[in-house]
This record gives sequence, structure tokens and C-alpha cells, in this order.
Amino acid sequence: MSQVIETGKAFEFTAENVEKAQKFIARYPEGRQQSAVMPLLDLAQRQNENWLSKEVLEYVGNYLNVPYMRVLEVATFYTMYNLKPVGKYFLQLCRTTPCWLRGSDDLEAVCKNKLGITNGETTEDGMFSLLEVECLGACVNAPVVQINDDFYEDLNAENFEVVLDKLAKGEVPPKGPQIDRTNSAPEGGPTTLLEKTEGA
Amino acid sequence: MPTLTVDGVEVTVDPGTTVLQACEEAGAEIPRFCYHERLSIAGNCRMCLVEMEKAPKLIASCAMPAGDGMVIHTNTQKVKEGREGAMEFLLINHPLDCPICDQGGECDLQDQSMAYGSGNSRYHEMKRAVTEKNMGPLIKTTMTRCIHCTRCVRFATEVAGVEELGAINRGENMEIATYLEQALDSELSGNIIDLCPVGALTSKPYAFTARPWELSKTESIDVLDAVGANIRVDSRGKEVMRFLPRLNEDVNEEWLSDRSRFSYDGLKAQRLDTPYVRKDETLQPASWGEAFDAIAAKLEGVEGAKIGAIAGDLACAESMIALKDLMNLLESPNIDCRQDGAALTTESRSGYLFNTTIAGIDEADALLIVGSNPRHEAALINARIRKRWKAGNFPVALIGEQVDLTYSYDYLGAGPATLKEVAEGKHSFAETLKKAERPMIIVGQGALSRNDGAAVLALAKKIADDYGFASDDWNGFNVLHTAAARVAGLDLGFVSGEGGKSAREMLDGSLDVLFLLGADEINTSKLTNSFVIYQGSHGDAGASAADVILPGAAYTEKDATWVNTEGRVQLGRRAIFPPGDAREDWTILRALSEKLGKTLPYNTIRELREKMIEVAPHFADIDQVTSADWGAFGTDGAIDDAPFVNPITDYYLTNPISRSSRIMAECSATFSKVKGEGTGTNG
Amino acid sequence: MLKDQDRIFTNLYGIHDWKLAGAKSRGIWDNTKTLIEMGQDGIIDAMKESGLRGRGGAGFPTGLKWSFMPKESDGRPSYLVVNADESEPGTCKDREIMRFDPHRLLEGCLVAGFAMRAVAAYIYIRGEFVQEAINLEIAIQEAYDDGLIGKNASGSGYDFDIYLHRGAGAYICGEETALIESLEGNKGQPRLKPPFPANVGVWGCPSTVNNVESIAVAPEILRRGEGWFSGLGRPNNTGTKLFCISGHVNKPCNVEEEMGIPLKELIEKHAGGVRGGWDNLLAIIPGGSSVPMLPKDICDTMLMDFDSLRDAQSGLGTAAVIVMDKSTDVIRAIERLSHFYKHESCGQCTPCREGTGWMWRVMQRLVSGDAEVEEIDMLINVSKRIEGHTICALGDAAAWPIQGLVRHFRPVIEERIKSRKAARAA
Repeated sequence: MSQVIETGKAFEFTAENVEKAQKFIARYPEGRQQSAVMPLLDLAQRQNENWLSKEVLEYVGNYLNVPYMRVLEVATFYTMYNLKPVGKYFLQLCRTTPCWLRGSDDLEAVCKNKLGITNGETTEDGMFSLLEVECLGACVNAPVVQINDDFYEDLNAENFEVVLDKLAKGEVPPKGPQIDRTNSAPEGGPTTLLEKTEGA
Repeated sequence: MPTLTVDGVEVTVDPGTTVLQACEEAGAEIPRFCYHERLSIAGNCRMCLVEMEKAPKLIASCAMPAGDGMVIHTNTQKVKEGREGAMEFLLINHPLDCPICDQGGECDLQDQSMAYGSGNSRYHEMKRAVTEKNMGPLIKTTMTRCIHCTRCVRFATEVAGVEELGAINRGENMEIATYLEQALDSELSGNIIDLCPVGALTSKPYAFTARPWELSKTESIDVLDAVGANIRVDSRGKEVMRFLPRLNEDVNEEWLSDRSRFSYDGLKAQRLDTPYVRKDETLQPASWGEAFDAIAAKLEGVEGAKIGAIAGDLACAESMIALKDLMNLLESPNIDCRQDGAALTTESRSGYLFNTTIAGIDEADALLIVGSNPRHEAALINARIRKRWKAGNFPVALIGEQVDLTYSYDYLGAGPATLKEVAEGKHSFAETLKKAERPMIIVGQGALSRNDGAAVLALAKKIADDYGFASDDWNGFNVLHTAAARVAGLDLGFVSGEGGKSAREMLDGSLDVLFLLGADEINTSKLTNSFVIYQGSHGDAGASAADVILPGAAYTEKDATWVNTEGRVQLGRRAIFPPGDAREDWTILRALSEKLGKTLPYNTIRELREKMIEVAPHFADIDQVTSADWGAFGTDGAIDDAPFVNPITDYYLTNPISRSSRIMAECSATFSKVKGEGTGTNG
Repeated sequence: MLKDQDRIFTNLYGIHDWKLAGAKSRGIWDNTKTLIEMGQDGIIDAMKESGLRGRGGAGFPTGLKWSFMPKESDGRPSYLVVNADESEPGTCKDREIMRFDPHRLLEGCLVAGFAMRAVAAYIYIRGEFVQEAINLEIAIQEAYDDGLIGKNASGSGYDFDIYLHRGAGAYICGEETALIESLEGNKGQPRLKPPFPANVGVWGCPSTVNNVESIAVAPEILRRGEGWFSGLGRPNNTGTKLFCISGHVNKPCNVEEEMGIPLKELIEKHAGGVRGGWDNLLAIIPGGSSVPMLPKDICDTMLMDFDSLRDAQSGLGTAAVIVMDKSTDVIRAIERLSHFYKHESCGQCTPCREGTGWMWRVMQRLVSGDAEVEEIDMLINVSKRIEGHTICALGDAAAWPIQGLVRHFRPVIEERIKSRKAARAA
């Protein structure tokens, strides 16, 4: 049983993405085009509804003249490559300790109760997929859910539901902290960088 | 030259030596799973940990270069615990299925857990289960047993040169697999069975057929190509159970190609186990006496010029000298060991040898391949070329069919015209060859087995002469043979003499009696008027055209001599007896000669071999290559425009034994299909 | 408390313009040429003098690391590789630098790259940081357009390129040789050392891998003088540092503070204190998930620097402070980390591949109490068989949190097992 899905649909980069791919390849020294496997898989995944089929993997392999096996190794090693279709909104719920300490379990419950999905599942309407992930690197704004490219931070059951509701309605809720707070500054305002420093 | 101390023993080693190797030189045994001398260093199993003074942690000895003044301990408590730890981690997810595992009895994990393990288990969690992976008809996988040493991946990538095997996923979910579970398409795939230190990769054909301790082990020589790989024949009773490679640095290192490894079931099928005589249009079993009588009756009054003999590709030197002597006694000038019509002559031995030698490839600095696909014709030589290519600074060019050799090369052209350009210095690659200090040319049978073969050979000779391929300490001229019998045949003069007919001429139906010594890769359609005697082991093309069949021994069933493409004389040894009434081949000829009243002058194999040495003294130098003087060969002449065509169309089915093998048939079906998908030429 | 004028990351909270104009107004790219005119040796000496220790976790002296690069090329180019694969649980400081102060990092790349005679810098940013990568790309383009990098970078006569490379989800790529493998388009599996990257790094060329923060502070150190930096903090633990305070505090935040600041002061001044007050504190992981936790009594007086924390059998790591109050199931907190390491193990070497899963499964049973008391010692023994026996430090990192847990909270674990047994008996 292979974990790669064959769709029978050929894949090739759009003209715009060909241009992007060439720029990625140009970042690396001559003859080191294998380095571009990761950016090209990402580019291809973005063009292919956020997942990689057998055809996409092989297209990237051919594009860079990298053996398919090496492409597959990369695609299965890194967690951000999706080897099966995912929902329109791909929820990556951080479950590592800093987020867990601040209530990531509640967010998991929201997914289960509100969307009816658990880890690895997609809603029947194809709108939401849930993946529990390890530390997303926004720990002082925990708990965090990454939705497609954006981080939604300082979540709790209530404001997470609000975010999900908006997404379901086709709105784009503002990313970042979902409480009254500026980025990673303490809630209620910074304790530092208060003096008027030069240029600031 | 760093000098270091291992367990109190001072040892001086070559620069570049690892600590592990230094420990071994100092007499300390270092356990290992992932480390292998011929593969890149992975350092992943952590079994080879040793203590180095001043280092805060144990070091992986396989990966650490030996340094001057290092003080190494291999037997401290810390080392013992490190090994015990690595052993424990390897075993926690390893199934306890040794009783049903084919690796049992020759398993590194078993052996080392006895020596270095703790003897009890503290692991009470669920064990990991991994699904089996398809790798094709040869390799059976039980991936739950895999310890992730990656030897197989490194072998495939580095030695075999196929990027089809890899480790997917990560962490404890890491799994070894071929790309999308396709069959591992390499002529060297079976070697990963030997390399696997556990029972994850075992031989599919051998599965559950024998235990290593019940096998008789006979050291012998493979004859299914002209490499002369050193093998061990493992047999039980009357059966060959498997072939394994034997170490010979100068020939096969420790590898064996798949056809040579897996054709063994062909030794049991299609066997000629009794003489046959054609009566009423059909071949009918007969006694030896009846068979010999039929031959004697037929030969009565036939003049020598109307008798001929062709030696096939697997024939041993002993049977060829006996047949040659018999043909001489019958006054026939018509003998030939070149059933494919290769334009090779006996005038200069250097003109038909792989003079550089296989190990010599390591020293070469440029290579031109002409009319050959060494990957199919001599997979182990191809691996040696790849090894040299991988080391860098080794330009390779090819004239002939454009095939995947597992290394990159300049494709110069398809036929002799390109070779002529190179010979005349008109081609850019000529410069590369001229500049090289140790250039090589490999001329394949695809370039020689054609009407202009002698002219092609002459062109190759001209390149060798003009570009300095042959000097006192280097000979870069090489003929790559595909037939194990060929060099011995040429050495012993099994070629038509003055006024004699070539194999091609003998096959045109003009002879009254034709003796085929295991000759099967021939066109027998015009032999209707010739009385054909076939002596051999298998019922293949030659036998079906025969009027009398003399059942001979396969290479595993006789003590016999073969000379490989380098000119290396090697002895094969009998592992099992020939089936039924089949006999060792030289004894058949000896008996027949007596019946014909032309008794061959030797009664024992020793006497026969003395005769061989008389004809060709290098037959006395077993296992050696006697280098040949650079002499004249080839014949200038017109060349044809037709492209070179490689002699092997199906790697798995080149000889009667392999053609009788179900395993090889399955490989042929599997891999021709795989290739067909890629090219769309397969229907 | 550190004075605002001694803070380097003046746009830590993204209040100001992060683009080139805003960066310049904060003093970034201010006559960078003069820094380059210090010469390679001058820069490296100043960095050594400043006492800056690598901000990625290991704390190796930055100037010394740069000095390992070849002074003369043997024909191979040299590369600076910036480790922006910020993935250590608890840590989210490099993210702020990249999205709100990218030019500080880029200027650092030029200065550091010049000092180590590199032809280019590759910034390896974790794949999840999409917005941060976008900001960095924009900043890189701005810097090229303004002549700050590229040919004759900043008018220095030195040619220097900066490229971004995005990861795709693998904590292990924060290990420098795994990062190099990943940059070459392979799985992120650490390499064996030797050879070290300064000798054979990315694409076989001499390379130095530095953390984002280490590189980003370099220009400011050179501008203000190494004495300014070394005058902050404590001996051998100099300068300022970005701290990430997460978990059970009233106001989790990032903040730049002086090295050696008392842990309690850090939390109370900037993070609004422990939820429910300092006395409600159970334990703190002081330097990212890999370092052993400290119970409250040690936290009371702990100073936040490399040496102090090492002496307390923990570490400063990435200075990511994860606070746990008394409501915390501390066994589960560590079990979550064990799962993290199991999930992130690359699978290459035996002890980590097999051991992280084993430890996590035992930890799961310790959470529920379905275990024997003897298994605690076995778990520690297993962790010791991983620690120090692996190719890279992930094995150690997986072992230490468990060792810290057992060291300080063994009675809690034993109690859990006993009460589970009692519950089952009843």
C-alpha cells in the first residue's frame, strides 16, 4: 500500500509559477538544483489545492531532475506536505506544552463539537480539516491555531468559535491575537520600550 | 600515519583509517550493524560506540577518523552499557520471530544480541508493526524486522546506482521502501539480501527452503557471464539451494549479480538426465551405449572436413580441450567456440582479453565503451566502472546503443563511423583519450559479432596504439566477453584451423555431422541435413535440433576450469552430482573417443589438465591473470554504417540454465514490463 | 531592569514600521560600511570581546565560532547560514525579529558574512512562518534595491547575497547539520561530525550556522562597542537577551532583558506574575522544552543566564520560560514534550528513533498511573541510554525533560501510580 495518491490528472506549473520556480532554483549554486525541492513542492502544493499527488511529486522530480524516491523521502519527512486532500481551511492545532497549558484541549473540543472532526479528519463539506501539530513557535500567544498560512493566537473556546464562524461564512477574520493585545507584548501594554528612543 | 592506543595496544594506521578499523587492527572486536566497508558511513546504529579519552561522550568508532595520540577503550563498563543500550533499542521493536525467520542462524542481530545484549527485556509496550513492501520477485520483505541501518539504501544508491530505494517517513515511522513499491530494478538487487543484517530483506525464491546449518558449502565459480564471480554453492543432498558471493577483491569484491545468484532453480528444470537418440523423427531415451553406437554408426566413413564442432557459452575448458583433441583425431578442421561469430582470433591473446583487469578499472582515468552494455553483459564490471566514476575525474564515453549504465557518459554515436572519427582524431573525445594517462577502451560483442567485426577491432586497436593505451605498466585495451567459455576456448585454440569452417559456416547445413557442446544461442534452422550431436545439461535450442543427446553436467556438478574475460583461470568445484545418467563432460568425450577408436590420451582429469597446460601454460596459474603481450590483431577493412546492437536483449534469459529458471522468467516478465512503462515500446 | 536605551530590538512588538524606511529611522543600516571597514579580524575580535554567546540554545561563543572559518579559500566559497528554524517549544523570539525587525537581521548577515568571508547568507526559516517569510522577502528586496546588499554591499566593496529558504515542518532542522541537509534538498537528518560545517558544510563548502538573534545583535554590538555589550549582564554571560515567557503567567510576552536577570523579577515585572501569585508556582522550564524543569524553590532565586542555570542542572537554552502553576498536571506537561520529541525524531539513529517512542509510551502510562513504581527508575535508565549516545542532541533533549521531572517530582508520579492501583483495587 502506497501512501501516495494517484489522481490520473496531469500536473504542470502555471506560467506564473514557472517563473517563480526558476527564481527559486536561481537561489542555489549551479548544479545544486536539488536544493529547490522544498520550495518547489511548496509552490506545487499551493497550486494543487494544498496537497501533493503522485503526479505532482513526479512533476517536481522531473522539473529538477531529482529521482522520484528522493522527492518522496522529502515529501514524507516534512510535515507540511499534505499527501492527501485537505479542506479549504486547514486547521493546524498546536498541542505542545505551552499551548496545552493555556487551553489547547478546549480548542480541540471545539473542533469536535462544532465541526465534528478530530485529528486528521475533514468535515463532510470539505471546508475544514484538523491536524494536531507540534509547537508552532508562537508560545507567548498560546494557544495557537494555524489556519492555512495565518496564525490565530490567544485563542479560547469562545473566540475560536467566532473565527470558525466567520470562515464558514466566507469572511476572513483578522489574524494574530484574538484578544486585546499587540502582538507579543504583554496584555494591557508593554512594560518596556516606553521611553521615546531615537528614531522610534 | 597516526598512532593510537586501543585497550593498551599501540597501533599505527594509514591516514584516513577510522577508529573502528584501527580497533580491529589492534585486535579489538567492534560490533556493528550499519557500518560496511564498501558503503558510505552512516553512523546510525550506534553499536560501535567506544570510549575515547578526553571526549565527553562515547564516540561512534565507524565515523571517527583515527587521530594521532588517541586513547581508545573498547571494553569499559561505559562501552558495555552503550552497546547494551543500542542492542536493547534495536530489539524493542524487533519481533521475536526467529524460529520462522530465514535469517536465523546467520543473523547479525541474533549473534550480537547473544554477545552484547542484556539477556532480558524491559519493554512492555506494543511492538511496532510495519507492512511488507513489494520489492519484486527476488526480495522478500518482512519490514517489521528492519533495524533501519540503511545498508540497502546505500547499496542501491551508491553501488548499484539506482535511486529506487529509500527511507520514507521519519522517526519511529521511518520505513525502507522502493518508490511506490515498484520492483527494485537493478541487476545487483540480490546483494541487499546479503547486506541486510537482519531478516527484513531475505531471498524470496529461497524462502523457507533451508536452514544454513543443513547446507553443504562448496566454493566455486559462476559461469553465467564472463566475469567469473567467486561463489559459494549451498546445497542439500541433490539440490543447489542457493548461491552466495565469495569475497574476491580482484573480481567481484563481495557482490553477485542477480542472474548468477537466482538462476539456481534452472538447474533442476529442463534437465537432460539420460541420453537420447532420434528414432522415427522423435528423440527417445536411450542408454549410453545406444547413443554412442548411433554416433559411431553415423561417423563411419564421414571425412573430417564434413564434421564440425561448436562450443557453447558455458563450456568448461576441460570439455573443450577434449572435444578439440577428438576433432583433431577425426581430422576435422571445423571447430569454433565463437557461436555468435565474434571476430576474435587467437593470434594475440591481448586482442581478446580484458587486459586492464577488473581491479585495474580503479586506476583508469578515461573510458570509451564500444558496442557494449556492460550493465547487462557484466553487471559486476559495470559496478566497478561506476565505483571508479563515482570517485571522480573519470570521463566515460559510449559508442553504441544509448542505455542507462547507472553513471553518466558522453554519448558519441551509434556505430563504427563514430569509432572511426575517434580513431582518426576527428572527435573531441579523442583529445580526452590522448590526454589520459591510463585510458581504457571496452569493446563489446555488439561491436565484434558482425560482418565488419574484424575491421571494428582494428579501429579499436588503432585507438589503443595511437593514444598510448598500452605501455609497460598499463594495458587499456579490453574485450568484454559475455560467455564464460570464450576466453578458455580461444586460449586452447578452439577455433577453426587452416581451411576450417567458422561457426556461422557450420550452421549453414553443409556438414554431415555437427557436434554441439552446450551450444544453444545459435540458429539451428538449416541443420536439417546435418546429424547433430548435442552434449549439454539442458533441453534448450541445441538439444531440440539434436539427433543424439549426451547428457552433461551443469557447472555446479563438475570440477572444471573456466577463464574469465580478464584471462583469469579459475576452478569450479562440484557441489552436487549430475542428475540421472548425466556425466561430467570430459568423461563423456573420453568414453565416446574410445568407442570411436580414437581414444583420447588421458585417463584422469589431472592428465587432461596437463594437456591444457601444455597447450596454454597459464592454465597452471590458478586464480591468476597472466598478462598478455601487446601484439597484432584485428584486420583493416570496410566498416558498415549499421549501428552496434548489444548482444543481450533480456538480461535474465541469456543462457540455457537461466532460461529454464522460473525465477528468471518472473524477473524477465516483471522488469521488461517496468521498462515498457517508461518507454512505451512494450506493446 | 535594563534601560530602554540599552535594548536592541526596539520594534519587538511591531509597533513601528518594519520596512526599510522605519528600520533606517531606528539606526539600522546606518553607515554599515564603517562596520565592514573594521576588517574581518576587527569584527571577530570585537565579537569575541563582547562575550556574545550563541542565542540558539547551546551558548557557544559567537566570535570564536566565526573565527573557525577559513581565512583563505581553497577555491570553495564560504557560506553563512542563518538558523531561523525556530521550533523549540516555548520559543518565539526569532519570529518577532523576522517579522518586525527583518533589516536588523539582514544587516547582521552582511556584517557576519563579511567577517567569515562568506559569499552569501542563506536564511533557513521554518515553513510555518509564512508571514515572517513574506516580510523577510520584502526586506531582502528592499535591501537589494537600496544597494545595501548585493554587489558592493552598502558601498563596502564587498559582494554579498542573501537568500531565503523555507523549511516544511521539522524541528530537527534546527540542528545545524540537519539544517544543512535540508538546505541541500534532503531529509533533515543530522550529519556525523567531524567534519564540522566550518570545514564541510552546505554543498561541501565551509559554512557557519548561527541563530537569528545572534546575527541580528551583531551590528548593534559593533556600533555601540563591545564594551557596551560586555558591560551588561554577568561575567561570561554578557549582554541582553530576548526572553519568551509563556504558560501560567498573567500576561505572557516576549521581552528583551539583561542576561542574569532574576527569574522571579523577569516574570513579575514583564509577564504580570504567575497566575494566582508566585506562591501558586509549581515549576518552570527555564530555557525551552529541552532543558530540565525547576521546582518553585529553585526558581525563587534563580538567575537567568547560561552558567547559573547550568549549575542548577538545567540550562538557559533559548531563554524560553514556560511557567506552570499548581493546577498543572506536571506529568502530562512532560508527556506532551515526550510526544513532541517522538514526533520530531528524524529516525536516523537507533537510540532516539526507538527510545523516544518508548519513553513517551511509558510517560503516557505515568500520566494515567497505569505503571509500576519500578518503571520510574527504568524510565530514567532508558533516558540515560539515549542521552549521549545519539548523532545529534535531540536524544539529549528528549531525555532531559523526563530526568528533570523525576528529579523534582518523583513523589507525584509515585502517588499517581499508587492511587491508580487503589482505585483499581476498589
